[in-house]
Amino acid sequence: MEKLKFVGKPETRIDELDKISGAATFIDDINFGPDLLFAAVVESPHAHALIKKIDVSRALKLPGVVKVVTGKDLPYKFGLYMKDRYILAQERVRFVGEQVAAVIARDPKTAMKAVKLVDVQYKPLKPIFSPVEALEKKAILIHPDLGGYPHVPWFFPKGDTNIAHWRKIRKGDTNKGFAEADLVFEDTYRVPRYSHCALEVHGAVGLYDLSGRITVWAASQSPYTQRNLFAEALAPLGITHKDVRVITPYVGGGFGGKAGVTMEILAPALATLVKGSPVKVLWSREQEFYNTYQRLGLHNRIKLGVKKDGTITALDNELIWDAGAYVEYGANVVNATGLSSTGPYRIHHVKIDSICMYTNLPPGGPYRGFGYSEMLFGLESHINRVAAKLGIDPVLFRKKNAIKAGDKLVYGAEMNPNGLIEAIDRVAKEIRWGKKERSKDPDKVIGKGMALCWKAPAMPPNASSCAYLKFNEDASINIMISAMEIGQGLLTVIAQIAGEILSVSPSKIRVETPDTDRNPYEWQTVASHITWGCGNAVKMAAEDARRQIFELIERTHHLKKEDLYLEEEQVKCRTKPDFKLPLKDFIISGIMAKDGTFKGGPVLGRGMFMPEFASTVSDPETSQGGHPHVHYTVGAAGVILEIDKESGKMRILKVAEALDAGKAINPDLVRAQISGGILQGAATALYEDMRFDNKGKLLNPNFTDYKIPTFMETPEEIVPIIIEVAQPDGPFGARGIGEHPMIPIAPMIANAIEDGLGIRIRSMPLTAEKVALAVAGNKEGCRMKQGSVSFILL
Amino acid sequence: MKQVINFTLNNEKRSVEVETGDILLNVLRDKIGIKSPKCGCDRGDCGACTILINGKSVRSCLVLAVEADDQDIITLEGLKGKEIERLKKKFLKFNSFQCGFCSPGVIISAVELLKKNPRPDAEEVKEALAGNLCRCTGYTSIIRAITDPS
Repeated sequence: MEKLKFVGKPETRIDELDKISGAATFIDDINFGPDLLFAAVVESPHAHALIKKIDVSRALKLPGVVKVVTGKDLPYKFGLYMKDRYILAQERVRFVGEQVAAVIARDPKTAMKAVKLVDVQYKPLKPIFSPVEALEKKAILIHPDLGGYPHVPWFFPKGDTNIAHWRKIRKGDTNKGFAEADLVFEDTYRVPRYSHCALEVHGAVGLYDLSGRITVWAASQSPYTQRNLFAEALAPLGITHKDVRVITPYVGGGFGGKAGVTMEILAPALATLVKGSPVKVLWSREQEFYNTYQRLGLHNRIKLGVKKDGTITALDNELIWDAGAYVEYGANVVNATGLSSTGPYRIHHVKIDSICMYTNLPPGGPYRGFGYSEMLFGLESHINRVAAKLGIDPVLFRKKNAIKAGDKLVYGAEMNPNGLIEAIDRVAKEIRWGKKERSKDPDKVIGKGMALCWKAPAMPPNASSCAYLKFNEDASINIMISAMEIGQGLLTVIAQIAGEILSVSPSKIRVETPDTDRNPYEWQTVASHITWGCGNAVKMAAEDARRQIFELIERTHHLKKEDLYLEEEQVKCRTKPDFKLPLKDFIISGIMAKDGTFKGGPVLGRGMFMPEFASTVSDPETSQGGHPHVHYTVGAAGVILEIDKESGKMRILKVAEALDAGKAINPDLVRAQISGGILQGAATALYEDMRFDNKGKLLNPNFTDYKIPTFMETPEEIVPIIIEVAQPDGPFGARGIGEHPMIPIAPMIANAIEDGLGIRIRSMPLTAEKVALAVAGNKEGCRMKQGSVSFILL
Repeated sequence: MKQVINFTLNNEKRSVEVETGDILLNVLRDKIGIKSPKCGCDRGDCGACTILINGKSVRSCLVLAVEADDQDIITLEGLKGKEIERLKKKFLKFNSFQCGFCSPGVIISAVELLKKNPRPDAEEVKEALAGNLCRCTGYTSIIRAITDPS
C-alpha cells in the first residue's frame, strides 16, 4: 500500500471555521418567516394517573391561539424498537412532565399562557419508581396492554408484567463453574439516572404544506430514522415515506439524547393540523432534562467465582434496569449491554439476566456508552475487590482474564482483533502503577485506580450506510451522506477517507449535514459505528469514482487501468512515468477525442455498506447463536487521584486512557473524544445525579442544581493514548471510539478511592459527601447514607 | 409597553422597538437576526449567550433589552481585527470546538480575557471562562488554543 497522505493525519476540522465564525446554523437559528406558529405542551403533574377529562375551552378563547390539540386528535403510536409511545398521552400518563395536550399559537408567549388554561382532570394511580419494585408480582401494571405492542424480534416483553424485555444468557454451567471456584463473591451496585446535557436543547419545526407533504427541520442525530418513524406514525393520514422530508442542520451536541425520536414527533404531527403553516416546538432547558431521554438507572447484582490463581470460573450477573415510562429505545440498551455483561473477559460459565423494567420515571434511552458505563461500574469495581481478596494485583488479574482475538464471546461468535493488553500496559505505565505515592499535604491521600472498557455498536443487524460523491470542475468534491456531524468530527473524517482514495485534500472536500430528499440512507449516527459504517460506504463511493476515472482513461488513452493511480489530483501511470492528467481537465467536461466528440463526463461515486454477517437470531433462553454485535472496541483507563480525608473532596491529578481505534483516521479528533469523554465520565462519577422527589418529580432540572463540569473541573493532566490493532472490515482498519472514553471512568475512580482510603462505594455518584461519611466511620461504604436519603436513589 | 431603544451593535447604530419585558438575547436573535449568541439555559448558567456590552462580557439572557439603550454591543459577528484573526487561527490549529454551540460565547469571553491579559496561563483561562459551559471538549483543546504562545 502506498503511504497514506490524509488518513492518520491531524487534519483541521472542515467545520471548524463555521463554528468559530458564527456561520454554523442550528435549528433555532433558521428563519421561517412571519407565518411561523409556536407550540407548547400541557404536562402531566402526576407520575401515574388516568386522564378523566380535558377541557380546552378557556385556552381556545385566548387571542392568538390557533389550535388546542389533545390525544384524541393524534391517536398514533410510535417507537424505534417497540411501539409503546403516543404523540400525546391517551387515557393514561406515566411520568411527571409527559405531554398531555398541545397549544399552537401565533407566538411562544401566548402558547405558554394558553397551556395554563387547559384544564385536565386526573385519577392518580400508584406510581412505581424502583425497578426492583416494578418486578414484584403484585406490582401495578404501567402498560396493561404490553402484550400487544409491536416490537423487534429480539425483544421478549412479558405481557401482564412490567417487564418490557428480558435478555437471558446461559453459557456453560454456572453451578459447575462456582463449584470449581476457590472464592465466590457477591455484591450489589447501583447507578442512578443521568442527563446528557447537550448545550443545545431539542427543537423541531414541522411544515405540512398545501400539497400535503411534510418537511421537518430537527436537531437530530437520526434524520432517516426520524423520517421512517414520522411516516409510520402518520401513515393513517395517508402520508408515505416520499411525502416526508427531514432536514438536520448542525446539532449542538447529542450524546445519544438526539437519537431516535422523542419530542420531535410533535412537529410533523401538529403540523398536519395547521396545513400550510410551519410549527415550531422548542424545549426549555427544564423540559430537556425531564422529557427527552435520560440515561437508565441500574440495580446490579454480581456473583463472581475465581480460582486461587486468579482464573475466573463463573459469573452470575443480574441487571435490573430502571428504563422509565416508555422503553421504545431504552429496551435496546438493556439488550445490547446484557449481551456484553461479561466485560472484556474470557469466562466459560455465565448466567446473565438483563431485565428492562417499566417505571414511572421519564423515558430511559440512549446515552453515550449505551448502558456499558452503568454495567461496568459494578463489574469493574467487583473485579478489584475479588482480586484484593485473592491477594492478586488487580491489573495482573485483568490481564490474566482479558479476552483475546478469537476467544468465544458469550453468545458464541468470536472476539475481534484487539489491543486490550497493550492498552492495559500503557495506561499502567503512564500512572506509575504499583508505585505508592504520598501527598505532601498530610490531610490528603493519593489513590490509584484502573478499569477496562469495551463496547460494541448497538444496532439492528441491517443498519446500513450509503454515500454519494460528486466531483466539481476544479476537482473539488461534494460528499452526500446522512450521518450527522454532532461535534465528533464526522465530516472531517469522511473527507479524509474520500480524499485518501482520490488524492484530493480534505480542505477541497465539502461534506454537509443531511436532507433526506437529497442525501442517501443512513440508519442513525449512534453506537460509535459511523466512522466504521459510513466510512466504509464513503470509501466505496470514492473507489467507485476512481474506477470510473481509470476506465475512462483506459478507453481514451489506451493505458491499462491496473497501471493507473491517483496522486496530487492527477491520474498517473506506473508503466509511463511521464504521464500526468489533472483531474480538473476532464472530471466534469470529459475527454475530447480527435474527432471533437467527448468521452466520459461528470464523475459520480456511489457506496453502500451493510454488515451482512450480523444476525440477532438466537435462542431466547440462552442467547446462543447469531452475531448480534459486529465488533468490540476495547480500552483501559487509569487515574492518580488526590483525596482530602476530611472533606472527601477529590482532584484528578492525572488520568490516562488508551482506546483501540483500529486506525485513527484523525488522531487529533480521537484525542478530542478521549479528553471530552473523560470529563463527562468523571462528572457522572463524582457529582452529577438526577434527583426525584417521592412523587417522581425531577428536583434539579437545570444547570444550577444539576452541575456539569466547568473549565475549573478539568483534570490536571490528561494522557490520551491511541492503540491501533486494525479492524479487518473497517475503512483503513478503523473502528469507533466515540462513546468509549467515558465508560471506564466511574469504576476507575471508585477503585482509586479504595486504593487511597480502603473504602468501597457501591453506588454512583461517588460524591465527596459519601467519601467523607465513609471515612468518618462507616467502612461498609455508603450503606448508612443510602438508608437516610429522602430522594429516590434509583 | 412598547419603547424604542437606540444602541450600537457591531459598530453600527441601530434602533428597535421592544416591549419593556423583552430579553436582550431574544431581541438580538429574533428581531435583529444576530444568531451567534445561543440560548442554552435561559437563566445565566451556561454562557452560550455571552456578548460584550461596553467591552464587558454579559449573559444576554439575563439582560432586559431596554437596558441596552445607549450601550455599545459586540457579538461574535462584530469581532474584527488582527487579534481575533490570530485567536481564530489557534482555534483552528487545535481543533478547539466540537459541536460548536458554545463557541460564540467562549470566544467572546476569551476576547475579553485577552484584552486584559494578553498572555494568560491555563489557570487564568479556566477562571475567566468558568461561566462558559462546554459538554463536548473537556475544555483542554480550548485552553491550549488560548494559551498557545505562537
